[in-house]
Amino acid sequence: MPQMLEGSMALARAIALCRPQVVAAYPITPQTHIVENISKLVADGKLHCELVSVESEFSAASVALGAAAAGSRAYTASSSQGILLMSEVLYNIAGLRVPLVMTCANRAVGAPLSIWNDQQDSMAVRDAGWIQIYCADNQEAVDATIQAYRIAERTELPVMICVDGFVLTHTMEQIEMPSQEQVDGFLPPYCFARALNSAKPISIGTLVSPDFFSEVRHSHHQALLNAKAEIVSADEDWAKVSGRAGGGLLGVEGDPGAKVGLLSLGSVIGTLRDALNEYPEAGPAKLIKLRTFRPFPTEALLETCAGLTDLIVLERALSPGSGGIIGTEVRAAFAGVADAPRIHNFAVGLGGRDIPLNIFPRLMEAAKTASPIPFAIFDVNLEKLPESER
Amino acid sequence: MAVQCYIEQVSNYRRRVGPVIEIRIHGRGGQGNVAAAYILASAAFEDSRFSQAFPSFGAERRGAPVTAFVRIADKPFSRRCQVIHPGYLIIQDEALLHVPGVTDGLLPGGGILVNSTRSSAELKEMTGLDMIAIPANALAKKILGRPVPNTALLAAFLTLTGMVSLDALVKGLGQRFKGEVLERNTRLVNEAAKMVPVGIWKEANHAANA
Repeated sequence: MPQMLEGSMALARAIALCRPQVVAAYPITPQTHIVENISKLVADGKLHCELVSVESEFSAASVALGAAAAGSRAYTASSSQGILLMSEVLYNIAGLRVPLVMTCANRAVGAPLSIWNDQQDSMAVRDAGWIQIYCADNQEAVDATIQAYRIAERTELPVMICVDGFVLTHTMEQIEMPSQEQVDGFLPPYCFARALNSAKPISIGTLVSPDFFSEVRHSHHQALLNAKAEIVSADEDWAKVSGRAGGGLLGVEGDPGAKVGLLSLGSVIGTLRDALNEYPEAGPAKLIKLRTFRPFPTEALLETCAGLTDLIVLERALSPGSGGIIGTEVRAAFAGVADAPRIHNFAVGLGGRDIPLNIFPRLMEAAKTASPIPFAIFDVNLEKLPESER
Repeated sequence: MAVQCYIEQVSNYRRRVGPVIEIRIHGRGGQGNVAAAYILASAAFEDSRFSQAFPSFGAERRGAPVTAFVRIADKPFSRRCQVIHPGYLIIQDEALLHVPGVTDGLLPGGGILVNSTRSSAELKEMTGLDMIAIPANALAKKILGRPVPNTALLAAFLTLTGMVSLDALVKGLGQRFKGEVLERNTRLVNEAAKMVPVGIWKEANHAANA
């Protein structure tokens, strides 16, 4: 039965349903409510797990790494600078191929200091070797979190569930919480094959010389590519249990015959979905939700975009000096493809800037240019800047 | 199967959503501003409507002016944008009327409900705007023993608009409060409802609904 829940509360309950044995986290806005709620579940005796209060995000990730390496189902969560402080450990977790799940409550990265939502933090660690799944709403966040443990444990890769800070974490909405039976059936107790065990000692994290490093990297890259099948099957199987699906690698909606596609990720999908209905005069569009960013779903993307003349890529982060991050990857995916759509790339909603419904007709208008727009911050107001910086 | 399932899910949104009523609640940090929004959204849900509530995002502190937002609709909606043009304002503290921007963006014909001991006429003279006042603090102090304006304001708001039933409000309150506290809040709902005219802000004849 659906109920009204704040996003963070729903996420905490979803984590509890997954029966983690160790949770370690350090509070940072807007992730704090998730861990506060987990902590309350533990204090109330509703969740039996080791909750480790640490002094920094570096330690939070390290404790989770140690716990998972020892065979526990572990969890952590962070945002923004917290993700960056974790970044060394995030690379280690992935490189050591330790299955772990974390939530990134997406927030801008300073400077300038901002506590508001964009996705620069998870994009900053996109090359750490984690699976990254982005959620359009809190229901998706709950379902993806449960799926994440199965994906992590079957692929021996860590999974980061990216949930827009405030916009999702602090919003109360209708959410259907799965039952413990449903989650237990989907997520049986886990036995990590390489778990640290004092009876059978092994070393992990040892020095790898140049004659094996390339092979380790290849293996890790291949593991991420192979994980696509697990991501899709977790979504399929969870749909059988719950009746809900997140869209696997890519979710597609809107007008299937449209010539213009709009690709984005995270909570902006909801605004665009309503906007498609509110502004029919702006023209038909296909709405493509990039649910899985790592591994990058090249084949699914090409298939989805067949027949499009224009593809507008909308993202919540950028690589200064280059431009869009996702835009660049989407363009690379189309390299050498005949009849590829014209690709326009925009960053929007940086540092909490509102993304209004009328962004949709404005984007549709912008895409009518003679030559495609390589990259622009769509909602920038240049008049706020001195002439030389425009 | 998952693809089909996803398509069915999102097709729920394929129809024009229709009116989404937007409400902005002004208060002070510590006054239960977000709680008011969450309770109103829960009440709407209890009445089988679709709703969403969220705070103004930021680093809030006790005593500082804060805002929270509620959206209510008959059909599923999925927008995440800010509420710029609310149809209604609920103001938890009369002094907030002096804060610049508090009534900004209100749709023409929109309703303003204020927690105040002044009369609506006095407030109109003071601000130049039509609004309805109820002494929510005094009422709460009498019944709950504490000057917390939320329950009385929400009961008055729902009586004025008929948007959601008072029974649903009590169910919403029941998710936060139990026992005697809930019982006193229920009494407060009934008392506050008597203080405002029934249905004068009814959605059907309300310009803010356009």
